[in-house]
Amino acid sequence: MIGNIITASVFASMIRLATPYLFAALGETLGQRSGVLNLGLDGMMLMGAFFAFYAVFITGSLILGLIAAIIVGGLMGLAMAFISVTLKAEQGISGIGIFLFGLGMSELLFQQWIGTPTTVSGIPDVYIPILSDIPVIGHIFFNHNILVYVAFALVPIMTLVLNKTNFGLMVRAVGQNPEAADAMGVSVTKVRYTTLIIGGILAGLAGASLSIAQINVFQQNLTAGQGFIAVALVYFGGWKPRGVMLGALLFSFVNALQLQISVVGVNIPSEFSAMAPYIITLLALVFASKSREKPDALTKPFERG
Amino acid sequence: MLKSYKKLVQLSVLVLSLVLLSVLPLSAQDDVFRVAAVAPSATNDLAFSQSMYDALLAIQTELGEDNFQFDFQDGTFIIDDAAVALREWAASGDYDLVIAHGSQFGSILQELAPEFPDVSFAWGTDEDTFGLDNVFAYTAASDEGGFINGAMAGLLTETGIIGVVGPIEVGDAKLYVDGFVAGVAETNPDATVNVTYIQSFSDVPLATEAAETHIANGADILTGTAQMVVGPIALAKENGVLWFGTQASQGDISEASGVIFQVYRWEVVLLDMIEQIQSGTLGGQAYEINLDNGGLVMEFGQAVCPSSGCGLGN
Amino acid sequence: MSIRKRPNIFRGINVERLLDLIPILIALFAAFIVASFLLIALDANPITAFSAMFEGAFGSQNATAETLVKATPILFVAIGITIAFRGGVINIGGEGQMIAGALGAITVTLMIGESLNWLVIPLALFAGFIAGGIYGGIAGFLKAYFDVNEILSTIMLNQIAVQLMNFLLNGPLLDPESGGFNNIPKTARISEVAQLPRLAIFDFFSRTRLHYGLIIAIIIAIIIYVLLWRTTIGYRIRAVGLNQRASRYAGINVERQIVLSMFLAGGMAGLAGAVQVLGLNYRLQTDGSPAGFTANAGFNGIVAALFGGLNPLGAIPASTFFGALLVGAQKMQREVGVPASMITAINGLIVVFVVSSQIFILRRTRRRVGEAIGQMDDNHTEKLKEGEN
Repeated sequence: MIGNIITASVFASMIRLATPYLFAALGETLGQRSGVLNLGLDGMMLMGAFFAFYAVFITGSLILGLIAAIIVGGLMGLAMAFISVTLKAEQGISGIGIFLFGLGMSELLFQQWIGTPTTVSGIPDVYIPILSDIPVIGHIFFNHNILVYVAFALVPIMTLVLNKTNFGLMVRAVGQNPEAADAMGVSVTKVRYTTLIIGGILAGLAGASLSIAQINVFQQNLTAGQGFIAVALVYFGGWKPRGVMLGALLFSFVNALQLQISVVGVNIPSEFSAMAPYIITLLALVFASKSREKPDALTKPFERG
Repeated sequence: MLKSYKKLVQLSVLVLSLVLLSVLPLSAQDDVFRVAAVAPSATNDLAFSQSMYDALLAIQTELGEDNFQFDFQDGTFIIDDAAVALREWAASGDYDLVIAHGSQFGSILQELAPEFPDVSFAWGTDEDTFGLDNVFAYTAASDEGGFINGAMAGLLTETGIIGVVGPIEVGDAKLYVDGFVAGVAETNPDATVNVTYIQSFSDVPLATEAAETHIANGADILTGTAQMVVGPIALAKENGVLWFGTQASQGDISEASGVIFQVYRWEVVLLDMIEQIQSGTLGGQAYEINLDNGGLVMEFGQAVCPSSGCGLGN
Repeated sequence: MSIRKRPNIFRGINVERLLDLIPILIALFAAFIVASFLLIALDANPITAFSAMFEGAFGSQNATAETLVKATPILFVAIGITIAFRGGVINIGGEGQMIAGALGAITVTLMIGESLNWLVIPLALFAGFIAGGIYGGIAGFLKAYFDVNEILSTIMLNQIAVQLMNFLLNGPLLDPESGGFNNIPKTARISEVAQLPRLAIFDFFSRTRLHYGLIIAIIIAIIIYVLLWRTTIGYRIRAVGLNQRASRYAGINVERQIVLSMFLAGGMAGLAGAVQVLGLNYRLQTDGSPAGFTANAGFNGIVAALFGGLNPLGAIPASTFFGALLVGAQKMQREVGVPASMITAINGLIVVFVVSSQIFILRRTRRRVGEAIGQMDDNHTEKLKEGEN
């Protein structure tokens, strides 16, 4: 029975499901480490998802789709930076504003420019010689589209950037103690703009990973609130890329498992299996270790002297 | 003190009578039949909301714009937004028929319709007119098409496993899925039908992953209902899995994967309602669209007839 | 640090505050300009569109009533968000707490039935308050004793609440009369005595859906204002919100205050849910999405609370503003025929523009908001002092 439920496919499904969360949450981690909470992540994902889809729909070029997602995500990040850093607006609310804008705008453009749900041929799964052929392991890990690998590769990269580079040091300094960073000649504004633009780009890619890689369809509110879960996962991961990845994997695993359970027909009310990922993620955090690197200046606009 | 109170009362009475005058349902004086409708999703959702929008368009084409016009507010997934729209339309007196397209709007009509006895309302899918004589109700016998889809799926499956992606186990969706399961059992008792209700009408990523899970568990045929099925359809196409649809034609999007779709044609019952209203009956009747009255139509997809324009064969 | 008693209960209303409105008005204007370009791009006349919006919000008794009906749950949630923010907790769980409150209220109402006559109303409201409070309190408890961030827990709890509602409405709470047909999950209709009466002022609003929930919300806004600034309970909550470490030194049980803030915040959202059921829908039903029932009031309440300067009294006009915006936008959609999605985008623009205009309000309103938001966490104030500089 258990063998029926916990199959290799469930793990493959976990990896797939975790990908958009990873992109979005890693970008959010960077932004939060520099002291900015971006609640508008879901809106940015939606814009990225739409523009990626639209570019592929029109041109058929997947590269252009990814570029479109990067540009639009970057612009959304820039807007968030302008609002929250330059205009020093309250971050939680401006994030909700950005979310609403992205939600409405992506659907509006979809209706105006495309009109009816349609599909594109998206980024194909990569076949890796030998690795993809390994039984079980190959199915779980080496049978995905390229964005999946990019997302997971970003985890060590982000860790490295945060902990071992000069830029990472500045990000942490600005998030921890902007006044001190400023006194040492670090431009708080510049650092936060950079992290938010990168965060926007990653959110755009998160959207693209849905619309032109996994689902290959665009529809109103395609992300169905994944951006908010991604924000939650940043807290889950204690602002560390590895922790964020563990959170994304746990959440996705439970989700994959509940789908599998309902497919093989174990008799659990579907309401309970649908709430399982949320409950278990929450419980995991209650019992998880408490090592956190919360940026002290999170949500606080920086004002000189 | 008393004087000013008196004044206030006079003023209120004046304002009230003005308001009442404007509110009194003077049904449209011209010959144009006017309909207003709310629907929860977008008019291009390839599902429930689109089925009503398309029906109203069809009636407009049939009767001509000079005789039939309609206002349509889509995207009222917030139930209370629909309540505001319905109340305003009812109070305006400009509309001959006000439609609340979505079973979640029933409670609103139950409160609203008695306040505007001269306005005709319709809602679905449900069969309850609340005992009011200005409310029509309409349902779709979606289990009929579900049964046909299921029977065909039972014959076509090679692995003997069929996957169903449903939203919430209620109403129209449950009816279709139950019909489908019965259909499979009829033609292929040995086949397994795995049913997943993902507990959402709109979560496309989750619906897609549910479909992935079905395929991983051996399904070579998929079906599903509600607007989040666009994800599973795309997946079916990608994996060469057959797709069976309902609510609206999904032939264009499913392409070579599409086998057969149960298409709703609400115009069949709407035209009858219009006739009733024009002859003075404002409601009190429950309608059903089914295969018999032509309200449900089966349409083949490109997997069966590659060139478009195939009607229902035998 | 000291928290001075403020002499004037209406200090929220003064000239300085009115001046603060100017940047907001300019921001609104700017948002409308941008929105106009969108409208023009869609071949819609912006002037027609925005006058339809205003007409939809205030153009008639019914329109005004609908604006207030829309504002009522937003106000309840905003009051709760205000308490939470003041207590140093960010509550994104308004949606889930509304659902919990509605479930509590409907359960009590259906259990009591008509046996207690009108007493059922206060009991149901109380049940809504407690249910929402407990649901919010869970997040507070997890934060206080298990260091689980409340943004994470409330986002998760929102999703859990929806599924709980789906389950209960499809099972134990299902309307026994709708058993025959495969209907949408809903409870039985509550009896007449349990319904919050419609609110008519003389003859005004007599043919509208306006109900006494609005009055209850305003009374509660005043009570919470007094609670926060006139009682030791409020003093403690705010002290913890301003500086946890100092509060601890002062002998305040910080953990208990955090749970209390979240309990009260959840309770307010719970009341919002209860009032929607008792005053408007007369039953609880679900289409599977939270927004179907809550109308996003759990989120809009956050925005309204911050626009209201994190003051329960300020939340009253702020909520009304949002009610007007949302109801007016729907009218715009009907009148001009623009898609619903455009309305959502415009609402987003308005929020962004108005919140951005806060930079021009350099007086104490903003500082106070900044204080409440900025200094909310842990002991960072201490850390700042110990910082490497």
